[in-house]
Amino acid sequence: MRVKSWSSVVLALMLCGVVILAGCSGSKGSSNNGATGTDTGGKTETANPPQSTQDTLIVGRGGDSASLDPAIVTDGESLKITHQVFDSLLEYKEGTTEVQGSLAESWTVSEDGLKYTFKLRQGVKFHDGTDFNADAVVFNFTRWSDPKSEYKFEGDSFDYYDSMFGPDGKRIIKEAKAVDANTVEFTLNQPQAPFLQNLAMSSFGIASPAAIQEKKENFKNEPVGTGPFVFKEWKRNDSITLEKNPSYWREELPKLNRVIVRSIPDNSARFNALQSGEIDLMEDLSPDDLATLEGNPNLQKIERPSNNVGYVGFNLKQKPFDDVKVRQALSHAVNKQAIIEAFFAGQAIPAVNPLPPSLWGYNDSIQDYEYDLEKAKQLLAEAGYPNGLPDEYTFYAMPVPRPYMPDGKKVAEVIQADFEKIGVKVKIESPEWATYLDDAKAGEKADIFMLGWTGDNGDPDNFLYTLLDKDAIPSNNYSYYANDKLHEILIAAQKETEQSKREELYKQAQDIIKVDAPWVPLVHTTPLLAAKANVKGFVPAPTGTEYYYNVYFE
Amino acid sequence: MKSYILKRLFIMVPVLIGMTMIVFSIIHAIPGDPAETILGQKATEQSKEALREQLGLHNPWYQQYFTYIGDLLQGDLGQSIRTKVPIAEEITPYLAATAELTFAAMAFAIIFGVNAGIISAWKQNSWFDYISMLVALIGVSMPIFWLGLMEQWIFSLELQWLPSIGRMNQRDPVEAVTNLYLLDSILAGRFDQLWTVIKHLILPSVALGTIPMAVIARMTRSSMLEVMNSDYVRTAKAKGLSQFFVVYKHALKNAFIPVLTVIGLQTGALLGGAVLTETIFAWPGVGRYIYEAISSRDYPVIQSGILIIAFVFVFINLIVDLLYAAVDPRIRYR
Repeated sequence: MRVKSWSSVVLALMLCGVVILAGCSGSKGSSNNGATGTDTGGKTETANPPQSTQDTLIVGRGGDSASLDPAIVTDGESLKITHQVFDSLLEYKEGTTEVQGSLAESWTVSEDGLKYTFKLRQGVKFHDGTDFNADAVVFNFTRWSDPKSEYKFEGDSFDYYDSMFGPDGKRIIKEAKAVDANTVEFTLNQPQAPFLQNLAMSSFGIASPAAIQEKKENFKNEPVGTGPFVFKEWKRNDSITLEKNPSYWREELPKLNRVIVRSIPDNSARFNALQSGEIDLMEDLSPDDLATLEGNPNLQKIERPSNNVGYVGFNLKQKPFDDVKVRQALSHAVNKQAIIEAFFAGQAIPAVNPLPPSLWGYNDSIQDYEYDLEKAKQLLAEAGYPNGLPDEYTFYAMPVPRPYMPDGKKVAEVIQADFEKIGVKVKIESPEWATYLDDAKAGEKADIFMLGWTGDNGDPDNFLYTLLDKDAIPSNNYSYYANDKLHEILIAAQKETEQSKREELYKQAQDIIKVDAPWVPLVHTTPLLAAKANVKGFVPAPTGTEYYYNVYFE
Repeated sequence: MKSYILKRLFIMVPVLIGMTMIVFSIIHAIPGDPAETILGQKATEQSKEALREQLGLHNPWYQQYFTYIGDLLQGDLGQSIRTKVPIAEEITPYLAATAELTFAAMAFAIIFGVNAGIISAWKQNSWFDYISMLVALIGVSMPIFWLGLMEQWIFSLELQWLPSIGRMNQRDPVEAVTNLYLLDSILAGRFDQLWTVIKHLILPSVALGTIPMAVIARMTRSSMLEVMNSDYVRTAKAKGLSQFFVVYKHALKNAFIPVLTVIGLQTGALLGGAVLTETIFAWPGVGRYIYEAISSRDYPVIQSGILIIAFVFVFINLIVDLLYAAVDPRIRYR
């Protein structure tokens, strides 16, 4: 290359600069009258009255899916998408956790609670055109339960199947059998009270056997179900595009032609995008933005029914937290009301029990440990620590915002200050999220930690047994809390099929947990979503996974 | 020149090998069982064993290293733990997205930085000089995430001139062929989308390009001032050549050499800032790809991502060195 030609490159570059400058100023002049219209669907329409209503919904959320095969994932972000593509045999009525038929139209249960017979909906087709029938159902259940299934691909595990219907060796479902093309019969090894409730979870979406056989490993990137929307395209970390299933079995649905779900990790950026009209609906609004949202007439606030708990857990493997008096003392030292006022913008209530009050079986006769530092000191003294606890303890505060805890570190600081007043020193640590969860599970590093849970299926079992039974060590019982009496009650409740009796058992369970105080239940939050004012028909689900099929634009 | 290029390429070889060694040792340097590090404590013995098999962890380390290099040479970067998709396949759209953003940011930084620096030097101590140097000072000290959110607030919320997130109008997308959307929309003949792609590029590239722009402007100014006081420029002026010609043709040619270094360094540094920019503007680039991999401990992805960025860095340095040699012939005979 010669010097001469090089300097002409620079000159050319500079010319470009001038052109771009001119271009910029030009755009600034013209764009006021709707030049950005192509981006902001809503706005164009106000500027030029539309011929037809808008039919593409753009949803903004914090993270991307991990995989699109509902059976192998456990994270909510993945299930939100698969819920649109797949139907399960049963489903929850919109906005509730009440079970209703979906791919199964009706069912009967045998007297002993061991046989469930499902009549399937007829004439339903998978998105690839193959028929949905009893064989397809059996194919899916066999795939999930048979550890040697050739359709269990390398590295996959069916975690939700294992946790709801028992791991290999302890399977609840003995057999799934096709009686005829439209009838499936399940035989259980033992009665399971929440069986129907469990079947309705989005993890048990029925996949097209033909598609799994043909796509193999790739099925998790190109899912095929019978749901209201057909999977179109997945740009990782960017967007997932779904299109209307024209032959969906629910007539006239879905109302939208297309749904695009975008990952916008930053909460403020996501809210900006909603305000500027680039997305129509956003998840996880931070409570700080609530005032702005309410001041904007073009937007609406959507509240997800509260179905979660945020808590501070004690690690019972570590001294002195194995002492119930110490745990009770610390329970008296947490000012829940002040925390809610400071960090939740009123979108939370103080938690008394591990169970949210919206769930049946909630024990409302339990009185919370009131905020009383004197009483806390007295209890510490009774435990043999009149001058406070001897050491400094590690308090894990989550590094990422969660629906039940928008800012873990700040909440931890408030608790730290109160603990200090009764002579308990803690140092706050926030390792990155994956390490945090691993450490909490191992129970080695943190003495006190913060975590939470969003209910999967509207059954108290999904909170009490899943989080606090001794069987759940070390899966979700991060406190290493084991109480044999409690275990007996929870197992009895699983086998009992009459709901009123189960309710009684769960109330007893909460009494035991209250006294043992393995956690300080902190809050039940109402997670916030926001949408453009003209988005209608969106019904938020307590489980966090809702259908978009009823959504339309006004 | 040809021999210089060959020599320069030859020097790259040990550098690249060194890099692969460092990246290779990432998993092995962490104490404990690599399979457990990757899969976490909850993994079953069976899945850990499967992973050891897949990664060849049973073999002696040198054998593992040669397998790794062999795979690399065949373009095999391994498989993502989280998504189980081959990384080479998965990373392409991210790389394209980052390339487009980085290119736009550098174009912005160079065009505005170089011109601001030249004019500041030319009109030294004028109001333009003061203002542009003040802007440059603010520019280097501005946190990217703050600048990004401010831009969104002003230009997309308040003024509604520009879109705040994403890469193009999603309601009517163009099919991704090269994943460089500027190119894709031209290939598809969709000039309406080309326009929205450009508009989507403006805010993130300004956010990302501001620091390099400021650094380039300051470097250009000081380097130009030095050259402008030299004898040959004075001679050129004395010959009665026009101001513009003297500044842009004669002075810039020599003043540009140090600027070139700064441009090279800044392009490399952009890769760091890209993570923040990509997060704020929901830009699906390689920075976010690696970030996500780190938070989910997807070690093969972290390894490959770092390796690719290191390669890009070395490649940029090579280009800068070659440009030097082209600008200043003395360099290649040294």
